[in-house]
This record gives sequence, C-alpha cells and structure tokens, in this order.
Amino acid sequence: MSELSAVKETISPILDRYDRDKSNLIAILQDVQAEYNYLPREAIAEVSQALDIPLSQVFSVATFFRAFSLKPRGRHSVHVCLGTACHVRGAASILQQMEKEMNVCCGETTEDKKFTLEGVNCVGACALGPVVVVDGEYIGHVSVNKVKPLLENYD
Amino acid sequence: MNDKQQKLTSVAELEKKRQGLNKQRSSDAPMIAVCCGTGCQAYGGKKIADAFKEEIEKHGLGGKVEVKTTGCHGFCERGLLVVIRPQNYFYQRVRLEDVPEIVSETVIGGKPIERLLYESLATGEKIASEEEVPFYKKQVRLVFGDNGYIDPYEIDDYIAVGGYSAFSKVLSGMTPEQVIDEVRKAGLRGRGGGGFPADIKWQSSREAHGEPKYIICNCDEGDPGAFMDRSLMEGNPHAILEGMMIGAYAVGSSIAYIYIRNEYPLAVKNAYRAIQQAKDYGLLGKNILGSGFDLEIKINRGGGAFVCGESTALMASIEGKVGEPRPKYIHTSHKGLYNKPTVLNNVETWANVPLIINKGADWYSKIGTENSKGTKIFSLVGKINHTGLVEVPMGITLREIVYEIGGGIPGDKKFKAVQTGGPSGGCIPENLLDLPVDFDELTNAGSMMGSGAMIVMDEENCMVDIARYFLEFLEDESCGKCVPCREGLRRMREILDDITQGRGEESHLEMLEEMSEVINDGALCGLGQTAPNPVMTTLKYFRDEYKAHIQDKKCPAGVCKSLITYHIIEEKCTGCKLCVNACSYGAIEFMGKKTPVVLHQSECTKCGACKEVCKLKAIEIR
Repeated sequence: MSELSAVKETISPILDRYDRDKSNLIAILQDVQAEYNYLPREAIAEVSQALDIPLSQVFSVATFFRAFSLKPRGRHSVHVCLGTACHVRGAASILQQMEKEMNVCCGETTEDKKFTLEGVNCVGACALGPVVVVDGEYIGHVSVNKVKPLLENYD
Repeated sequence: MNDKQQKLTSVAELEKKRQGLNKQRSSDAPMIAVCCGTGCQAYGGKKIADAFKEEIEKHGLGGKVEVKTTGCHGFCERGLLVVIRPQNYFYQRVRLEDVPEIVSETVIGGKPIERLLYESLATGEKIASEEEVPFYKKQVRLVFGDNGYIDPYEIDDYIAVGGYSAFSKVLSGMTPEQVIDEVRKAGLRGRGGGGFPADIKWQSSREAHGEPKYIICNCDEGDPGAFMDRSLMEGNPHAILEGMMIGAYAVGSSIAYIYIRNEYPLAVKNAYRAIQQAKDYGLLGKNILGSGFDLEIKINRGGGAFVCGESTALMASIEGKVGEPRPKYIHTSHKGLYNKPTVLNNVETWANVPLIINKGADWYSKIGTENSKGTKIFSLVGKINHTGLVEVPMGITLREIVYEIGGGIPGDKKFKAVQTGGPSGGCIPENLLDLPVDFDELTNAGSMMGSGAMIVMDEENCMVDIARYFLEFLEDESCGKCVPCREGLRRMREILDDITQGRGEESHLEMLEEMSEVINDGALCGLGQTAPNPVMTTLKYFRDEYKAHIQDKKCPAGVCKSLITYHIIEEKCTGCKLCVNACSYGAIEFMGKKTPVVLHQSECTKCGACKEVCKLKAIEIR
C-alpha cells in the first residue's frame, strides 16, 4: 500500500495541472512517463481512478501510442532514426549493429539497464542521416563502424 | 522579452508598437544570424551563438552588433550556417573555432573568409552572398524566408518584419465572408497531403450548425523525410498563430488547438512560448485588440502515432482517446472535434494565410500553376548533394529541384528515382523528371504531393526494398481498425519479404497488384487507401528490378542481403587489416602483410562495415 500512496503523491500534482480533465489523458500520461521513465502499473490504475476512465481504456491508450512504455527503461535512450532518408543511407545496418553491440532487439532494454534501444520513424533531421538520437542529443552521419565508439561514450 | 509588455488594446497600438520597433532597428545594422534549427544544433547551435556574443563583447562591440539565434535556414547539409548581415555573407560548416576569425575578419574587417564560403559544385568558384548560392537562387522563399531574420523566441522580431499586420487588417476592416472569399480567390489548397481547397473547409464550417467551432493546426508531421512543418513551427511560430487567428475569425471559432508531434521538443517549446507572448501582447485572449473577437490556442502533444496525422484520428487523440480514424460520411467541417464543426489545416497552410491577406489574392494567384497556387516547401533528402528545405513556386520541374537547387547526386552516382508523398506517395523515375510539380501532376504520375518530402534515390537503392520499407512502416503504424489495411498490408509485406529473400515467384506480382486494388478500394481512411501507392508505382516504373529478384535471384542495386555476397578483389587488396578490425563477426581472416585477406561467407552478416572502411575499393558486392 505504501507504494501506492507514493504513486498517488507523485501523480496528484500532474493531474491537478490538467484540471483532472479526461480529455487531457494523453498529456497526463506523457507527464507521468516523464516522471518515472515508464508507466508503472500503479500509476495507470491511479490515473484511471482519478479521471474516472475505465482501466481498459487507459491501458488501450497507453499501448496504442509509441511514446508510452509499460516496462522500465534504461538510463540512456537510444533512438535510431528509421525514416526514409536515413533508410536510403543505410539505417537498417546501423540498427542491426546497435542490436549486436547491446545484445538486445529493437525495443528492448539492456540487462544492466544502461540502454534502451528503439527505432523511430523520422526525427526530421534528414541532412544528418543516418541519425541516432541519444538522450535527446542528435548524432549525425553515423556509420556501422562508429556505433561501438559512440556507445562507449555513455556510462 | 524585455519588460512586462502592456496589452495592446487596438489595431492602432499594434501599428505604433511596430513603428517604435522599426525606429530602434535599422536594416543595415550589423547582425550575425546563427541558425539554431535542429539540424544545426547538432553542430553546436546555441553554443556557437554564445561564443559570438562573448567575442563581440571582447571587442567592445556589445550593443552595436547583434547576434541573432534564428530558426532553420533550410540548407541543413552545410550546417552550421551563419549569415553576416547586411552584406549577407553566407558561411557554411561553421565550427566553434571559426568564431573569433569571423568576428575580426568579417564583422570588423568587412571581408569575407574564403574558407567558409560555399563552393560551386560545377565550377569550384567561391560564392560570398546568400542570394547567389545555387541552393537559394531558384527558390521563392515567401513563407520560409523570414526564418533567417527573426528570433523565434521574440515576438517583437516578428512584429518588426510586418507580423500580425494581416491579422490587424482583418480585424479592422474585413468581414469573415471577405476573408474566406480572399482565400478562395487565392486558390489556397491544403499543404498537408490531399490538397483540399482551404476556403471550402472554412466556408462549410462557418455555415455548419453547432457551437463552439474549433480550429486545429496539424503539426503531427509523421511523413518520414518531411520536416518543413517542424522548421516553420520552430523558426517562425507566430506566422502560424497569425494564420490560425485569421482562420478562426473567418470561421467564427474561439478555441483552437495545435497538435504537435512529441518527437519535436523544440517545436513544442517554441509554440508554447509564442502563445504566451501573444497572450501577453493581447493578441490572444478576450476582446483581441478591442475588436470583440476572442481566441484561445491550446497545445496538444502527439503520442507518436503516424495515423494521428489523419484528421479524424487526430481529433480522437485530442479528445484523449486512441487515435483511430472514423469514416467521414459526415465531414469534420460539420462534425469534427467533440462532434462540433472543425477546421483542420496543416502548419504550412496556416503559414500561407497571412501572406494572402497582406499581399492580396491577385498577387498570390499569379504564383504557381492553374490549379495549384503559391509556393510549396519540399524537404529534399536522401542521395542528394544539397539536403535541406526548399521553397519553390508550384509548377517547377523535378529536374530543376534535383539538379539546380539540390546540386545533383553525390559521388557521380546515377539518379534512379525520387519518392514523393511519403508512405502514401510513389516513386517517380528518371524519364518523368521534367514533370511540373503540382498537386494534380504528381497524382497523375501515380504519386502525390503529400506533405512535401522528396527522397532522392540513386543506383545503389533497391526499389523493391523501398516498397518493402514503406509497407513495413505502414504495417507497423496501421491503427488496426479496418481489415484491408491491417491484414492486407501484412500479406503484401510478406510477399515482398519473399521476393527480397529469394523466394519470389512470377505470380507474386499479379497478386501484389490485385491486393493493392482491394486495399485502395476497401480501407477506411486515406492512409490505408493510399498505402499501396509505393508498391504500385515501383511495379509500374521498375518492374525489371522485381523480375531480377524473382527470376535471377539477384538484387541489382546490391541491397537485399539474402541475394548478395561480399567479395574481396584480390588484385586490389594489400592486406592492410582495416577490414579485419572492422568486422565484428570475425568473418575476415588476415593472411599476412601484402597478402589479400580471406572472407568467410558462412560468418558474414553482410553488414557492410568492411566495405565502409576499405580505402582501396577492394571489396565488392555481387
């Protein structure tokens, strides 16, 4: 129960920020996720109760949109851009190399919780392609050979 | 912003404010415009701008030379971009260490620095001034041009260059009907994809029953390869707000939404800031400029779903629901957001509105072709020398865009196709390069304008792989509501998997065509209906490439991994060991100095790391 009350305490100001208005569900979930780095089960339940939206509906929104994760994520989020411009410049090979170096599949988190590897359908920085975004920082002109040294920059 | 701004309470006060700003500013005052768009931020952006400020102070020029952090200038390939005004010296690929020299040589000395100037690809000649750079020369930057002059963080910058004058013109002397009429005469069509006439949406919402009426700006730019909406929202958010204000006035709406992709954090930040500033100035809120017109603009962040670019899915998402489209038997202009009349236009469409009101429909409709008026911003990306955003009049040919503005294909490779319209569009081959680009011509060619992404492909791109790529993209992004899209796209992708992995059969091509037709007829929303376009156009224009995959089990472009093998060209290999070190799979064996290495096919994953590092071009794909 104590965990639940901790969740309540964290989420309450977020709900208030949006006047506990149902139509702000997506924005609320985005802010909750920003707080926890993912959407904990208790938080989804709390949002459902506070907004009086069926749990199933909150869950369907949380699983429909790519922005939400129901699993804890790594300390660093690595997004490999898979937009068309990056694709024609070889993004698929970059992703393959990332998967090899991290020993995870796209969408997963490494065992040591260091990285979460995700693909993203275009970040709109096509001139830099192939581009990788690590913790919000844009890294351009990545090549297969640059993947390993790039990951070594993070701890 | 400076001191707390007093609310402007009349059109006259806004004009007075503008005069005051322009009195303080002189057009020939020295200014260093530093591009801080997302592309240039990767090269230092704000850090370089701060270094300029420091350097200016060091020379005792504080207050005399202005350092302006602007939005995207468009020529992203050559970032970071710096323009020194008033001479308009155009510096490209500027790095932190160049800052002191630029200040001492150019800002103080008045001379351009050769090394940082753009060099003509054709003649090798250095080009000093921004307007003369070939990338900009053929462009007509009506909507995008102010980006290089204003700081998106400062509403005063926008007002100084004439911002909100169209809005004040509307408030002080035009009826809503006159506004709609002007937009109709201008021939403004939606820039988001379909090219639907804006005035018809506006008129129909205006006449529809139901209150309140809503205005929405679609900045959910999900089309991969397109980033003009982001650059506009980041670089000139007030132009979009002004367009929305005029639209809201014409339709009779007092609540508006901007729906922005969450993947665009800078655009979200700048839009919030712009709305707050407009509120502080009394340009949003109650009784705007004493006219009795009220308007509130809210921001909704998207959740990363491509389908939310579709109008009804976007509206569902704003309501806090799953972003699934609904059939549009009743148009959203009658029953849209919360079942009320709603006008939804995309960022670029809204940004065109102030221009039309200010300069008039007659002027605007002279630009472009018979049924497509004005300019269009394209993002020119992929295998092209000048990657970036280009704004051109409708009717310009693809050849002019690719070769004259885009500078052609890098590395002497051969042009193969240009893909327009994103996942809903198609691939246009070389023999159609002289096609004039407008809404109707692109549709006739089997593609579409879409939001304006143009992805250039060369001989090393496989068209079957591209078709597969788009299908995989759409399969992944399909909301799953209707069967043709959810199941059909998956089946089509499986067939293309077979073809690209060497299991293709002759009958597959017919099956792909048949399924394309069914999905086109049967899918619920525009995204599903147009989803087969990439397959249909590549089948139409590049059938030989499909046949090579099926009959010869070969990928002529050397892309499809199951159909290619890497080989060492023994005559060229000197055993330098670079590839041996690069291979993370241990597939290449070192055989001693000056002896060609040996590649073990059984270990090779065809990642291409070896070919990338080889300086002697001793590795080939067969």
